[in-house]
Amino acid sequence: MLYREALNRALDEVMSADDSVVTLGEDVGLYGGSFRVTEGLVEKYGEKRVIDTPIAELSIVGNAVGMAIGGLRPVAELMTGNFSLLAFDQIINHMAKLHYMSNGKIILPMVVRFPQGVSRQLAAQHSESYEQMLSAVPGLRVLSVNDVNYAYHALKYAILSDDPVVFIEHELLYNKKGEVDFAQKLDPFQARIAKEGSDITIVSYLKMVDDVMLAVPEIEEALGCSCEVIDLCSLNPIDYETLIESIQKTSRLVMVEEDHKTGGYGAQIISWAAEEMFYALDAPPLRLAGEDVPVPYNRSLELSSIPTPESIAQDIIAWGKNNEL
Amino acid sequence: MNKLLAEEMYYLMVLGRAFEYGAKENYMKGNISGFLHLDIGQEALSVGAIKAFEKGDIFSGYREHIMAISRGLEPKAVMAELFGKSTGVSGGKGGSMHLFEPSHYFYGGDAIVGGQLPNAVGCAYARALQENDDGVMAIFGDGATNGGAFFESLNIAATHKLPLLFLCENNEYAIGTNIRRTAPFREQAKKAEPYMPTYEVDGMDAEAVYEVVSQARKQIEAGHGPVFVEAFTCRYEGHSVSDANSYRSAQEMAHCKARDPIEKFKKALHEKWLCTEEEIQNIEIKAQKAVEDAVKYAEESPEPEPEALFEHVFYQEHKNVVS
Ligand SMILES: Cc1ncc(C[n+]2csc(CCOP(=O)(O)OP(=O)(O)O)c2C)c(N)n1
Ligand SMILES: [Mg+2]
Repeated sequence: MLYREALNRALDEVMSADDSVVTLGEDVGLYGGSFRVTEGLVEKYGEKRVIDTPIAELSIVGNAVGMAIGGLRPVAELMTGNFSLLAFDQIINHMAKLHYMSNGKIILPMVVRFPQGVSRQLAAQHSESYEQMLSAVPGLRVLSVNDVNYAYHALKYAILSDDPVVFIEHELLYNKKGEVDFAQKLDPFQARIAKEGSDITIVSYLKMVDDVMLAVPEIEEALGCSCEVIDLCSLNPIDYETLIESIQKTSRLVMVEEDHKTGGYGAQIISWAAEEMFYALDAPPLRLAGEDVPVPYNRSLELSSIPTPESIAQDIIAWGKNNEL
Repeated sequence: MNKLLAEEMYYLMVLGRAFEYGAKENYMKGNISGFLHLDIGQEALSVGAIKAFEKGDIFSGYREHIMAISRGLEPKAVMAELFGKSTGVSGGKGGSMHLFEPSHYFYGGDAIVGGQLPNAVGCAYARALQENDDGVMAIFGDGATNGGAFFESLNIAATHKLPLLFLCENNEYAIGTNIRRTAPFREQAKKAEPYMPTYEVDGMDAEAVYEVVSQARKQIEAGHGPVFVEAFTCRYEGHSVSDANSYRSAQEMAHCKARDPIEKFKKALHEKWLCTEEEIQNIEIKAQKAVEDAVKYAEESPEPEPEALFEHVFYQEHKNVVS
């Protein structure tokens, strides 16, 4: 099953079980969604529950908040992270805060689906990642999807949960293949061990998990070591327990992310490790992230602005050699 | 309009269409990537409006190749940008959606739907403050008229009586969604009526576009405040090259192509401006040649240097700034 099919299946199942679930966004209906995640849903559930919206991101999220207040379970799709910036007032001032400000009286069972990331030469206004901003907002649960099985289970959870969830997808993963274990009981807030290992803990999320996995054989061969790869899955809250267990075993930490390095998401993981895991570490942690530049159009420049399997291998090998690995 | 201008506009329309097909071909070959939004079918609007707005600032969106060329940007520099080369209009860092040339008062190039509108309002404010005679033209699609930025811009431009021409290219679609499914009516000028004079024009008729935009330009230059022009048009291709255009029927497409702007203008060249078949053919050959040259130039141009990645994040080095 493909990543986008797993998301579609999750949506389909909850929509069929619960009439209060609706989905809204640009081109989600007749067109089937820009990434085909909502394909076939309008035919099954009709235009009243699969809602084609105008190009009005603030209203997409703002309306979803109102729908949730009114008793629906909306799943809003924002076409691309960069366009979602127009909706950030609604995400941050409304979706994230109404429950708290009302002393718990207002309940917002809603999801914002959030495709983002460097795709292929879409340039600076279509390539950015915003998990660092979203996860800095109290009142939002932020999930990130790398894995197909996780896509299915986590989206179902997100829709059925009574709290607002931002559900981050990566634009290059929609056609990723994987198996879904439909019978599994999955905790969406638990990090996923993508690969077990004993010498280096490599933490990542979204598409970078796949790039790390591609880099691992070369790293292991060059350093004669074994890497443990952790897919964070939930970016807020963070599953520190899984990280602690892994770092205690390996005593080395690498963080790999695609967003811009300064103020980027991984700074949270590294600063936590500096505070809480200092004595467990045998080497200074390494953080690989995107450059602090808008993403350029030209393919070579674009690739040099973010970590790639090649650069990840190279940087981790150099760091390992400098640190007696 | 005179014969010379008519010939120039025909040249730009034919060049524009050939340029877009050339770009599409090179997308298929892998020389161009990312999003490529073609303006085929809408040439009369892009060329007619830009030629009518010969002075003044222009803010547009991502479907802007022909507008840029009509504004005087070199076809080869535009093609090189699509190829991501260092000789491109934006040094290969912007691509198809981000063509900017301040020396031609052309500010492309925005890929956030409606994002250029508040910028155009601000620029019109600057021109008014500077007591400059030139105005500003903002070009946007029907889809952009559903967003908050659009309504905010109408209000501010009208309140301050800014020299701003709103030009809506109504091709009835925002990607795959027809405007009548996201707005209560087809004519988006209705949204502007409470704020400013509005005009409607056949966007497939280059002469009509030229006349209406010229009139509107004079009106804003006279200092009476903003004007809204809505041009009805039709794009022949998908939203971008990666869109299969499956949401429009063969019948709808045939109806659309029956109003072909280039055929229509060619007829006017014959009948009104008495151009000979040979004169017209020469224009077409020249346009074809310009596109071939542009592609060759783009192919042969160098890639940006790796250091280009870090250039132009800022204009000024922060260490040189003193208070
Ligand atoms: C704020 C924002 N939301 C969504 C998009 C994605 N998008 C790009 S073009 C487009 C349709 C725009 O339609 P219209 O304004 O009619 O212009 P046209 O493409 O027809 O020229 C959409 C939804 C975007 N670029 N920016
Ligand atoms: Mg349109």
